Amino acid sequence: MATAAPTDVALGKPGVLAREKARKGPRKGPNPLLYVAVAGIVVFCLFPFYWLINVSLKTGADLSGADLLPPNPTLANYESIFRNDDFIKALQNSAIVSLTVTLLSLIIGSFCAYALARLRFRGKYFILAAVLSVTTFPGIAIAAPLFKLWTDLEIYNTLIGLIIPYLTFALPLTIYILVSFFKEIPKTLEEAALVDGATNFQAFYKIVIPLAAPGMATTAILTFIFAWNEFLLAITLTSSSAARTVPASIAFFTGSTQFEQPLGTISAASVVISIPLILLVLLFQKRIVAGLTSGAVKG
Amino acid sequence: MATVAAPPATTGTPRNRRSGKGLSERRLAALMVSPSIVLIAIVAAYPIGYAIWLSLNEYSVRVPGLSRWAGLRNYEAAVTSDTWISALGTTFLFTGASVFLELLLGLGMALAMHAAFKGQGLLRTVVLVPWAILTVVTAITWQTIFNPELGFVTTMLNSLGLPGADTVWLGERGWALAVMVFADVWKTAPFMALLLLAGLQVIPDDVYDAAKVDGASAWQRFLRVTLPLLRPAILVALIFRTLDALRIFDLPFVLTRGANGTNTLSLEAYTQFNQNGILGLGAAMSVLTFVIVMFVSFLYIRFVGGNIRAMAGEDT
Repeated sequence: MATAAPTDVALGKPGVLAREKARKGPRKGPNPLLYVAVAGIVVFCLFPFYWLINVSLKTGADLSGADLLPPNPTLANYESIFRNDDFIKALQNSAIVSLTVTLLSLIIGSFCAYALARLRFRGKYFILAAVLSVTTFPGIAIAAPLFKLWTDLEIYNTLIGLIIPYLTFALPLTIYILVSFFKEIPKTLEEAALVDGATNFQAFYKIVIPLAAPGMATTAILTFIFAWNEFLLAITLTSSSAARTVPASIAFFTGSTQFEQPLGTISAASVVISIPLILLVLLFQKRIVAGLTSGAVKG
Repeated sequence: MATVAAPPATTGTPRNRRSGKGLSERRLAALMVSPSIVLIAIVAAYPIGYAIWLSLNEYSVRVPGLSRWAGLRNYEAAVTSDTWISALGTTFLFTGASVFLELLLGLGMALAMHAAFKGQGLLRTVVLVPWAILTVVTAITWQTIFNPELGFVTTMLNSLGLPGADTVWLGERGWALAVMVFADVWKTAPFMALLLLAGLQVIPDDVYDAAKVDGASAWQRFLRVTLPLLRPAILVALIFRTLDALRIFDLPFVLTRGANGTNTLSLEAYTQFNQNGILGLGAAMSVLTFVIVMFVSFLYIRFVGGNIRAMAGEDT
C-alpha cells in the first residue's frame, strides 16, 4: 500500500494522522459548519442519481409527479429493458469491448511502462511525450478519418473497430500510471535476480509485475471505466445494435412512437449501465483515487 | 521514432553481460515499447494526417469516392460559417464557466473533506459516484431533473411559489447552456476535489503551525499558505478539465443535440461529416478543433513541462 500513491503515502505515514488529531482534537470541538458542508457534498453528489432511480421506479401517470419517493414503485421499466434485445446486445458488446481493452492495455502498456521506467535506451523523453500527447487528442479529430478508414478496411460497425481505438486512448493513462508504480519498486530486487542469471524480461514478469499488482489493478479499473463510458467513437464507428455499446444504444433509445420519450425505461437502462461502475467505486475507492491523483501531486 | 528501431545494441558491454542471457537491454526496450508506439501511430498519428488530407479535398455527396483538390477552401468555409463561429463561442463560454465553477466548488469540497477526518473514506466514495457515472447517463439524469413538465426543478419552483416554473429549461438559449454547465460541474467538480485533496494532504502541518505562531488568521493562512502550495495541484486539475471541456461532445449531444446555443466544436464537426455527409468540411472542423486543443495544451505544458522530463530523465 505504501507504494500505491502519494495519497496513500501521506495517509500511511504513522505520525501524520495522530499528530493531526492531537493538534486539532482537544483544542476545538467539531465545527458545525463542517457538518453542513459534508452534508451538502453528500446531497450534491448523490441526489441526482437518486432522482434517476426514483424516476426509473415509476410508470404511467406517476412519471409526471415529482414525488421524492415513487408512489407506486414498480420494476416494470426494468422488466421492459431486459426484454429489449438491442439493450441486451449492447450490454454484451460493452462487456466484451471493455474487458478486452482492459486486458490488452494492461499487457501492452506494462511492457512499454517497464521499458520507460527501468531500461536504458535513447529517445525515452520523446516516447513518453508522444504517448502523453495522445491524451490531448480530441476524439473528433480521430473519428472522421477512422470512420472512413474502418469503412475501407471493413471493420466499421464491428467490436474490433472499437477495441483498437479504445486501446490507443487507454494506453497513455496505463503507461503513465504504471511508470510511476514501477519506479517505486526497489531496484535491488531485480538486480538480485539479474545476478542470479535471470534475463531482463524474466526480472520484469517474475519480480516487477507481481509487486506492481496494486498499480495494475488501479489501471485496469480506470481503463474499464473509460471504455465503458466512451461515447463519441461508439456512435461514429457503429451503425447498428450489432456493435453498439451501452452509451451509444441508450442515446438512440426511442419510445414506441417517435415523439414519446420513454423516460421511465431510459432511466432504468441508465441505472443498469451505471451499476458496474458504481460497484467498482464502492469496492476500489482507494485504488481509483490513487490512480487519479498519481500524476497530480508529483507535478 | 528512429530511436525505437535503433540498431541492435552491441552485445558484450559490461552492463549487458551482467544481465546474462536473453536480449540486450536496448533491444528488449525496443521490443517492449513498439506495440504501444505502433498502436498510437496507427490510431492517433495516422488519422490526424489523414484528417488533414481529407480536409484539403472536396468530396461528392452523391458519387461515393469522387473527390477533388480544394486547397484551404474547407477551412475558409468553416471559419466563415455562422454555426462554426457560434460553436467556437459556445465551447469557450462553456469551458470558461464550467472550469471556473468546478475549481471553486472542487476547492471548497476538498477543504471540507480535508477537515473532516472521520468520514473521509466514505466521503471519497460518495464523491466518486458522479465521476464514475457515464456522461450519457449524466445528461439523461439532468434531463429528467430539468424536464419542464415532470422534472424536479419545475415542481420545486411551483411548490415554493417561485417564478420560472414554466421555463422550458433545455428549450431556451442561455438556460440550455446553463443546464449543460451545471451537469458538467456536477460530474467533474468531485474529480477536481479529489485532485486538490491529494494536493492538500502533502502540505506539511509545520507550515501551518509556523503561520499560526506568526499570528496569521485562518483566512490569511488559506491565502498565503494553502493556495500557493496548492498551485501545482490546481494547475494540473485545470489542465485536465480545460482540455476535456474544450472537446466536450456527449453532454450536448444527449441533452439537446446541440440545439438552443449548446452546439460545440466537436459536435459541429460531427454534424458536418456524419449527419450532413460533408466529409471535407467536417474534417477541416475536426482539424481546427485539434489545433485549438493542442494550442491550449501547449500553453499549459509550458508551465508544467518539467514533469514529463523528470519522469523520463530520472534514471537515465
